[in-house]
Amino acid sequence: MNYNWKWGVLFEEPYLGWLISGFGWTVAVSLCAWVIAFLLGSVIGVLRTVPSKPVRLFATAYVELFRNIPLLVQMFLWYFALPEILPADAGRFLKRDLPNPEFVIAVIALGLYTASRVAEQVRAGIESISPGLTNAGKASGLSTAQLYRHVLLPISFRIVIPSMTSEFLTIFKNSSLALTIGLLELTAQARQITDFTFQGFEAFAAATVLYVAIALVVTLLMTVIESRSRIPGYIGSGGK
Amino acid sequence: MQKIASLFGAALLTLAVMPAQAQELTGTLKKIADSGEIVIGHRESSVPFSYLDEKQQPVGYSIDICLKVVEAVKAAVGKDIKVRFVPVNSQTRIPLLSNGTVQMECGSTTNNLTRQQQVSFLPTTFITGTKLLVSKAGGIKSIDDLKGKTVALSQGTTNERVVKAYIEAKKLDTKILPVKDHAEGMLSLETDRVDAYSTDHILLFGLIGKSKTPEKFAVVGDFLSFDPYAMMVPRNDADFQLVGTKAISALFRSGEIETIYAKWFDPMGVPAEPDLKVAFRTQALPE
Amino acid sequence: MGSFDVSVILKSLPFLWEGLQLSLFLTFLALVGGILFGTLLALMRLSGFALLSWPSLIYVNLIRSVPFILVIFWFYFLIPVIVGQPIGGFYSALIAFVIFEAAYYAEIIRSGIQSVRRGQIDAGKSCGLGYWAIQRHIVLPQAFRNMTPILLTQAIILFQDTSLVFVVSLRDFMTVSAIVARTEGRLVEMYVFAAIVYFVICFAGSLLVKRLKAANAT
Repeated sequence: MNYNWKWGVLFEEPYLGWLISGFGWTVAVSLCAWVIAFLLGSVIGVLRTVPSKPVRLFATAYVELFRNIPLLVQMFLWYFALPEILPADAGRFLKRDLPNPEFVIAVIALGLYTASRVAEQVRAGIESISPGLTNAGKASGLSTAQLYRHVLLPISFRIVIPSMTSEFLTIFKNSSLALTIGLLELTAQARQITDFTFQGFEAFAAATVLYVAIALVVTLLMTVIESRSRIPGYIGSGGK
Repeated sequence: MQKIASLFGAALLTLAVMPAQAQELTGTLKKIADSGEIVIGHRESSVPFSYLDEKQQPVGYSIDICLKVVEAVKAAVGKDIKVRFVPVNSQTRIPLLSNGTVQMECGSTTNNLTRQQQVSFLPTTFITGTKLLVSKAGGIKSIDDLKGKTVALSQGTTNERVVKAYIEAKKLDTKILPVKDHAEGMLSLETDRVDAYSTDHILLFGLIGKSKTPEKFAVVGDFLSFDPYAMMVPRNDADFQLVGTKAISALFRSGEIETIYAKWFDPMGVPAEPDLKVAFRTQALPE
Repeated sequence: MGSFDVSVILKSLPFLWEGLQLSLFLTFLALVGGILFGTLLALMRLSGFALLSWPSLIYVNLIRSVPFILVIFWFYFLIPVIVGQPIGGFYSALIAFVIFEAAYYAEIIRSGIQSVRRGQIDAGKSCGLGYWAIQRHIVLPQAFRNMTPILLTQAIILFQDTSLVFVVSLRDFMTVSAIVARTEGRLVEMYVFAAIVYFVICFAGSLLVKRLKAANAT
């Protein structure tokens, strides 16, 4: 292999700055999108289990729609197509007046997409709770809202933490798609450094290491949360 | 006896011909001969150099010149070869050429010394420079008018660096939208996402020509850079490069280049600049 | 940009169909490759030998922590420099998919294998079957039957992921839609159409998964 290694470029300006800024954007997009995904996904997930049929239908439609269209297509729809459908003023706002349109659109697209996946986990969590518990709640005179608030949600959220971890990890990886709408996140910066220095291996190795580091930190964090929120006697805690 | 003699003669003949070819072919030429195909990197929206026609096939001035080079390559390897086109853009062209995915790039690439550290170039086939494409309604006349505005730049182009450097030096506070290729740059201007798109002036005219509303756009400002275009070939492959240089020099010598030039640039109303004519003459090296 | 223009879609249908064929073909090959390699990884993980299970564990977790786009860039731009041989758009995408999907399939298959009851394996052993014979005739057939719905779900995700080859300009359905969108200046039409096509295929797939799940449950 005929290649001239220069690991030093990673620590030179402006390339080090590019890497740091790319890393920053990746983390920022992912965390902001996660807030949307977690909140909206929880609501949609709960709505999929409520007694009212129209509400359930709406929630199901949301999940099926956002889950069955590739994220890249969704991102292009938000970024390229939406401003052209809206009235001129609103379109212009999305394209120009918004501070950092690429960032905002990436967050929205990634957030709404991931929400559909979070909703599925939450629903599965609620449905895994034995009906006896629900009946017991009803028998003791809890309203539907109280039943969710005091019985179903506290249990189901703890049950779904492991699968949430994997969704949370996925959001960091999926944030790389933002490069297609011009956001200079970590992967895009690795390419840009390759462009300027021709040291592709170093740049991509650095990006790979940073993504792995993010995954390690996230996994560690979620393990801590998981062990703290475990319910004695439930699956995942019973075996040991 | 006669039979043996003729066999012997044939063997001698083979011996005389075979090594000549087998030894000469090295590097890219050998790969082309072995695989029976040459892989050409093309662009999707560098009008009129290298872009997709209605049937989504690559065509253009650079493609026509490259096909002449392919003829010369056929003669050099002594057999017919197929052409396989692979799409590249300003960001992928150099990595893909240096890693061997494409064997020649026929697009709109500026020959500069930084790039010569990674790749080699055939003779210059066009001369242009960086300008701005704006919508007439916006009132931008030169790069200095970009103060506080937004400009789209193609990632990995020489224009990107020139404009970025200018903006920084003059502290223009211009927002930059990185785009993937010229079509995306034009798109962001057409949809009013940016106030200007900057790349080589000839490509800007090409983009206007392909636009649905050409009257709305104008190319403005002074040349911000000097960009001589050339086909890219792998570095450190003198044999392959020589085949290409010979083929293109022959086009310059015979004047055939003028026919190819007229085919692509006359419809745009762009006559060859004096600089380019001089370049054609000085590069018309004798055999 | 004017009203919704269906003619631009109709005009480009043959080109779009070519793209869709590539997407489906790539999905199929990546699915087969991913399941084969994933099964190997799962068996390594469950083998009980640290020398086999650790590499598998590290591989799966490493691959699952990097974005697909990064993997495809590695294969398209950098690996050819190491091997001294170009890989090309299609094969780099395919290799990246197999490598990537195998990590996901390995986890699915591992839990599928673990879903086969221990007694079955013991029964196989007592009949005098060796490790491979037990895997081949007892464990894997049942495991695959149990996990067919999940494998299919993952296949739908894989089909969606093939749109990412856009970043290396490989002409799949996504890329050709984007090419038409740009050259015709019809962004809304083309991206909405692409969304509808992907939705119909993936939704039909998910309905199939539901039916399979219901059939398996009985």
